[in-house]
Amino acid sequence: MLRLAPLLMIALLVMPVAAGLGMVLLPAFGYLPVLGGESATLAPWQMLFAQPGLWRSVAVSFTSGLASTAAALLIVLLFLAANQDTWLDRSLRRLVSPLLAIPHAAVAFGVAFLIAPSGLMSRAISPWLSGWEFPPDALIVNDPWGLALTFGLVLKEAPFLLLMSLAALPQLHSEKRLRLARSLGYAPTTAWLKVVLPSLYPLIRLPVYAVIAYATSVVDMALILGPRLPPTLSVSILGWFNDPDITRRFMASAAAVLQLGVTLAALVTWWLLEQLVRFISQPWLTNGNRQRGEAALKIIGRGGLTLASLCALVALVGLVLFSLAGFWRFPELLPQSFTFDHWQRSTAMLAAPLRTTALIALLSTGLAALLVVAALEHEQRQHLHPTRALWLLYLPLLVPQIAFLFGLVVAAEKLGIRPQLSLVVAGHLLFVLPYVYLSLAEAYRRLDPRWLSVAQSLGVSRNRAFWRVRLPLMVAPLLTAFAVGLAVSIGQYLPTQLLGAGRVSTVTTEAVALASGGNRRLIGVWALVQAALPLVGFIVALAAPRWIGVSRRTFSRAST
Amino acid sequence: MNPCSALASAVALALVTLTTPAVAEPDPQAWEAVLAEADGQTVYWNAWGGDARTNRYIAWVAARMQESYNVDVEHVKLDDTSSAVARVLGEKQASNHQDGSIDLIWINGENFAAMREQDLLFGPFAESLPNFALTHPDDNPEVVTDFTLPTEGYESPWGKAQITFYYDSAQTDTPPQSIEELLAWANENPGRFSYPRIPDFTGSTFLKQALIELTDQEDALYAPVDDAAFEEITAPLWAYLDELHPHLWRSGRSFPASGPNLRTLMSDGELSLAFSFYPTDAAVAVMEYELPDSVRSYVLEGGTLGNVHFVAIPYNSPHKAGAMALANFLLSPEAQAQKQSLSMWGDRTVLAVNQLDENDKALFEQAENHPSALPADALSNTLAEPHPSWMNALQDAWLTRYGVN
Repeated sequence: MLRLAPLLMIALLVMPVAAGLGMVLLPAFGYLPVLGGESATLAPWQMLFAQPGLWRSVAVSFTSGLASTAAALLIVLLFLAANQDTWLDRSLRRLVSPLLAIPHAAVAFGVAFLIAPSGLMSRAISPWLSGWEFPPDALIVNDPWGLALTFGLVLKEAPFLLLMSLAALPQLHSEKRLRLARSLGYAPTTAWLKVVLPSLYPLIRLPVYAVIAYATSVVDMALILGPRLPPTLSVSILGWFNDPDITRRFMASAAAVLQLGVTLAALVTWWLLEQLVRFISQPWLTNGNRQRGEAALKIIGRGGLTLASLCALVALVGLVLFSLAGFWRFPELLPQSFTFDHWQRSTAMLAAPLRTTALIALLSTGLAALLVVAALEHEQRQHLHPTRALWLLYLPLLVPQIAFLFGLVVAAEKLGIRPQLSLVVAGHLLFVLPYVYLSLAEAYRRLDPRWLSVAQSLGVSRNRAFWRVRLPLMVAPLLTAFAVGLAVSIGQYLPTQLLGAGRVSTVTTEAVALASGGNRRLIGVWALVQAALPLVGFIVALAAPRWIGVSRRTFSRAST
Repeated sequence: MNPCSALASAVALALVTLTTPAVAEPDPQAWEAVLAEADGQTVYWNAWGGDARTNRYIAWVAARMQESYNVDVEHVKLDDTSSAVARVLGEKQASNHQDGSIDLIWINGENFAAMREQDLLFGPFAESLPNFALTHPDDNPEVVTDFTLPTEGYESPWGKAQITFYYDSAQTDTPPQSIEELLAWANENPGRFSYPRIPDFTGSTFLKQALIELTDQEDALYAPVDDAAFEEITAPLWAYLDELHPHLWRSGRSFPASGPNLRTLMSDGELSLAFSFYPTDAAVAVMEYELPDSVRSYVLEGGTLGNVHFVAIPYNSPHKAGAMALANFLLSPEAQAQKQSLSMWGDRTVLAVNQLDENDKALFEQAENHPSALPADALSNTLAEPHPSWMNALQDAWLTRYGVN
């Protein structure tokens, strides 16, 4: 059984992506019989390349994806370098999970309201300082170069990269390395950058790639913060797939293939940059400089993530204010009146989508956890090295959603699978499974094998040792992985909407439908509910190990 | 009958049995049979879900359908109606001709034209619905034409919309009364007006409105676009927009994302003048704290574009009887009066109210008025929608000219 787990897992992830891509590739080259496309042609590509602003769209997708990843990674690494076990370190670590839980769209709405000319920052200085009676007519959100989008992405990706780094760090025994470096006279931050970072980066490389893939093809954030003349490539694709002029689907399919190319190009560029950085940093790593730049590094390291977290928090406060706001006009900093109307009107509508959301999240995360644990246990028992095949696990994260989901719907139809809840769960599994794996794998491999050896030497079977020794020791990381899985599932929009034919309505699909109506007070209510759900998951993940009597101390002893 | 022809008819019968769909389509002419078949069905109604009031109204309809016809109505909330069109197309592509996932779509002219062209709709059914006669199509031809195309019974009228401008009377005394005056007004109030980015539906409608007022070849708009004449007919529009854009919000370097987005920008104080396709939009926004109660609505002096919105049944809906029962209920005086009342939705009726009997007429008289809403008589000044091909042609031309800033 265990032997099958890795194969099953990879089949579950690779086949849908391949099928979806196949059903997009065919129309991209003119084959879509229902619309009269029966022969191979390059016409869809010619039509695509004739679209005004296409290359600008491509450029913005490419640069905002790379720039946001680089900035988020830099912020996280400098933070880790500058804050080893300070109070700031500890409190920000605690903030990470909640920040991770806020859905992308909610962050985007919050950010837009923070930095827009009529937003919170502008209101704070108006009119007493700025003299603005009306908001200034400045193009800040939706700027043509995607700077607002990049900023929003950084806020969202930094917590994820931090969580992934924190999960990977313990196996590097960074304290020992640092102690040694310090004894040789290296200043703390410099020491971290020179002795910990080079071995940390390979461990968080895949998550970084996943972030690049995501950032180059994101739809929901780009709709809210991204440029509009022209929009990013992913937003254009969504519009073409949904165009009432049905023949545009040929061009949309070609554009989806182009999106795949853009994401691949960004990944290759990043890989080249990795090589460049490695080449350039070689002399620096070994030049023996022990103190240079220490103070500056420290300030940047502390300031960057603090500022990012603060922005995310203020954005969240903006949402809370809107969900309670009566009339609220520029330049008032706070609403002129408060009301519970928006919450009251929404509660009746909330119950059913809440149930569906929870059901889908629990099912997909439960299945994912089962498969991941089975695969990891198999790997441990056979003493296998993490295989290259596991790259395939990341396929759904590396291939842009928009490039294969439309095709996947057609493929499912062809197989006679009607849109239904189970199809949505399967669709969520595509994205939940890799993240659960990402969150759990290192902790699983790190567990001291001597615990199990001792158990087996006392005559306990391997299966029994798994249930009685390994699982109890793994409770904390399992719950964290579970919470990450829940958060990922709850945030899914496109797979839910497309695979469920809109019939499966979750908090997220309702929130997006309402967002198209632009009532920010209602959007505030739904975005907060959407953010609160995964937060519950994270709180349970933190508190549950104590409830069931496995103290954190036992675990930390076990893991070092 | 000789043996030969008996054999032939047996073969023919076998062929017919093999080729006709297993499920016989319900016949709207036999209304009792339709209602009997609808009993117990679940109807998946795909309708834009961006407006809490529309959603509330559909929830009310669902409750009434359950009560009166034992039909379960599920509102599938879309963020864009055309995604439902894409879904039906995907199903047709996968040869799913009988068990589609959509039973009823809330639709407008552009999507209707696309679906008719690809044979994605069931019909004709609309004109056989018992309540359809209440619209008196002979006096109200707009209930049987959509963007100049005859509906031919492939969609059933549901409500009426019209471009309505609104402004804050505390800030602006004299809002512009025509497209030409709008240019002068924007000149004096730079950055205080905009329209949604093309290809948004509301934005595209604004282009058509401006074109109707500016061109001297208005008749050409009611026939399919003639590529040769397009440049000449639309030249005044582009000249106008070239002049207007520098005075728009963000100097025309960016545009709001959608119609509702205009309202949000009014609410933030970024715009002083906006418009909507829903005549009650401003009043609703006042009631929901989004706009100050000094907001007033009006239509331009020469009239504004208006149209009827419809519901249609996809060709592969498995619950056509239930969908027809629902479409018929939507045309009942009870449902239409509820829809028109401002406390529910505020969407205008498609029924010929003056020809209803006294009891039904009374249902509509209760409708209250809001100072921020358009006075009821202002809506008679309606311009007809151009042919749907103009929408696409204008969108493409706009994107070529202004799509990259």
